[in-house]
Amino acid sequence: MHSLIKDILAPSLDIKTFDDSARLRVEAESLAFTTDSYVVDPIFFPGGDIGSLAVNGTVNDLAMVGADPLFMTVGLIIEEGFELHALKEILSSMRNAADKAGVRIVAGDTKVVGKGKADRIFINTSGIGVIPVGVHISGSNARPGDRVILSGPIGNHGIAVIAEREGFKFNPPVLSDTRPLNLLSKNMLSVTKNINAMRDPTRGGLGTTLKEIAVSSGVGVLIREDAIPIEAGVRGACELLGYDPLYVANEGVLVAFVPEKDAEGVLSAMRKNPFGRNSALIGEAVAEHRGNVVLETSIGGRRLVEMLSGEQLPRIC
Amino acid sequence: MNLLRNPKIAKRLSEDIRLSVMGRTRLMEVCGTHTVAIFKSGLRSLLPPEITLLSGPGCPVCVTAKADVDRAVKIAGQKDVILTTFGDMMRVPGSGTSLGEERAKGRDIRVVYSPSECLGLSAENPEKKVVFFATGFETTSPSVSATLISAMRLKLENFMVFSVHKLVPPALRALLSSAESRIDGFILPGHVSTIIGSRPYGFLASEFRTPSVISGFEPVDILEAICMLLRQIKAGRPDVEIQYKSAVRPGGNPKAVSLLNEVFVPSASEWRGIGVIPESGLKLRPEFSALDAERHFDLSLPSSSPSDDASGCLCGEVLRGISIPTDCPLFGSSCTPEYPVGACMVSAEGSCSAYYNYGGTSG
Repeated sequence: MHSLIKDILAPSLDIKTFDDSARLRVEAESLAFTTDSYVVDPIFFPGGDIGSLAVNGTVNDLAMVGADPLFMTVGLIIEEGFELHALKEILSSMRNAADKAGVRIVAGDTKVVGKGKADRIFINTSGIGVIPVGVHISGSNARPGDRVILSGPIGNHGIAVIAEREGFKFNPPVLSDTRPLNLLSKNMLSVTKNINAMRDPTRGGLGTTLKEIAVSSGVGVLIREDAIPIEAGVRGACELLGYDPLYVANEGVLVAFVPEKDAEGVLSAMRKNPFGRNSALIGEAVAEHRGNVVLETSIGGRRLVEMLSGEQLPRIC
Repeated sequence: MNLLRNPKIAKRLSEDIRLSVMGRTRLMEVCGTHTVAIFKSGLRSLLPPEITLLSGPGCPVCVTAKADVDRAVKIAGQKDVILTTFGDMMRVPGSGTSLGEERAKGRDIRVVYSPSECLGLSAENPEKKVVFFATGFETTSPSVSATLISAMRLKLENFMVFSVHKLVPPALRALLSSAESRIDGFILPGHVSTIIGSRPYGFLASEFRTPSVISGFEPVDILEAICMLLRQIKAGRPDVEIQYKSAVRPGGNPKAVSLLNEVFVPSASEWRGIGVIPESGLKLRPEFSALDAERHFDLSLPSSSPSDDASGCLCGEVLRGISIPTDCPLFGSSCTPEYPVGACMVSAEGSCSAYYNYGGTSG
């Protein structure tokens, strides 16, 4: 165990001290603090792996309340017999992701459990970030009149993972969008601190996230199907498998509710960031149909967007 | 593709529909894929209130009888058996348990995406019997035929099929023959019809004087099919028309049909919520009896098996077009896609799950 931490984990993640706790110096009026566990199957998928996912996921949770991520901890639960080279690859991917996001991994832990007691590797990450003064982003702060901005095409992560798990080959391959969103959110906040609500639509997809915001903020949300960017490969895969892209998981896009007067400015700042290049205005919050999300479809019809319940299953006929 | 989702064309068609509708009109879309396309595109919001769209018995998961799920469970419980099936079947409740629950208990039950995967599985597991639980309509049964013919050629001795395949036309006959039927026209399934063509539906017009149109799956396809149905109704000249001309010919796909006939023969089959319909299922021909799970295993069930409607579930009425999902007392309360009571809530293409996921009737 000593050698696993000292010889592999610490140097891979650049952890320099071995006391029981890391000492951190933070000056801030308010902090954001979050934790998440990652059990994705398969652990390597087109566009990423469980390591980059675990770092980006926690970075993004911090970024979605407007926080600047500073420090992160990593806990690994490893199944006995897990290949060392795979572990090293995952750790190096975590280190790269942390460097890209500008967050420091300051503490780590590993536990090895017996064969069959875990599925290869599970990762928990926790993160701390500083929230700038004057920023009050929350899923319950959306207001009628807010513009709804999406930072890029949806559905890539879910399709990439399903394709890898089930052995589907798409040409060109659909890549996961796992990426840190903290610099993008920083760019947005440099235009205005008046971002009312912001989320990264992970499990449950964009549809579920918008419904959650509509319910917690008590607003109606109206979105236009044609305005939502979806890559051709993702669209094709969804039609083939019977999935609705609105409910397919993402790991690298955000949706923000911004007051009308700031919307254009925020959108153009987002488009200058490589991770927001395809940002689009997809709709607005309204005072009507509170708690409901209405989708204006490509053919001009209207329908409700509900939360995802159960699983999306491949169709059989 | 974009033309088929063009809002201007959609608007023109919906205006046509508004002008030609004559009083209350009940149209049934037979196929689950149509049901989902209708909800997804918000197509109902473009129709005049006089038109009611009913979801029919065209989702294979939804119409598989509880007793047949119980039989599949029984097969999976035999020694040295690997039971394979399509993913949607895993969660369909039988009278006591589902294949998914049985798998969790340790039975060897596997999901396949194509029946041909079973051949590899049989070759890899010579000491086991691989049994494919074959559900689905004329769209899936030809590929099962092809798999059975290959298995015969390869002389695989450990591969078998438990066929509960269903045929669409006999089910429509059963619906129209029932006294409770109030269907003014059918939107017929596009995929099934690419195989069987339009001729097997001829009786809808000639015997029952009911208009029908074979439709594609894009929203504009469906709107056009509705226009065509209304024109038939207005003219009082019921017919079987093809809207989905890019894929469906009157004679269908003769090669696929002959493949079907080589392996299968029509037989009586039980449909969930509807009951036994003569000549509406497919059984293996005697030449293939070595590969027929029904001949291999004792599939009799205890006579105390509860009937379909024991729980108060209205799936049967929904499949017959008498009720809509929101009429069911269980809908959205004790029956949800996460914890389905009835099969119509299990499959993504089931009408109850479509109503649930797309917000009731407002879609």
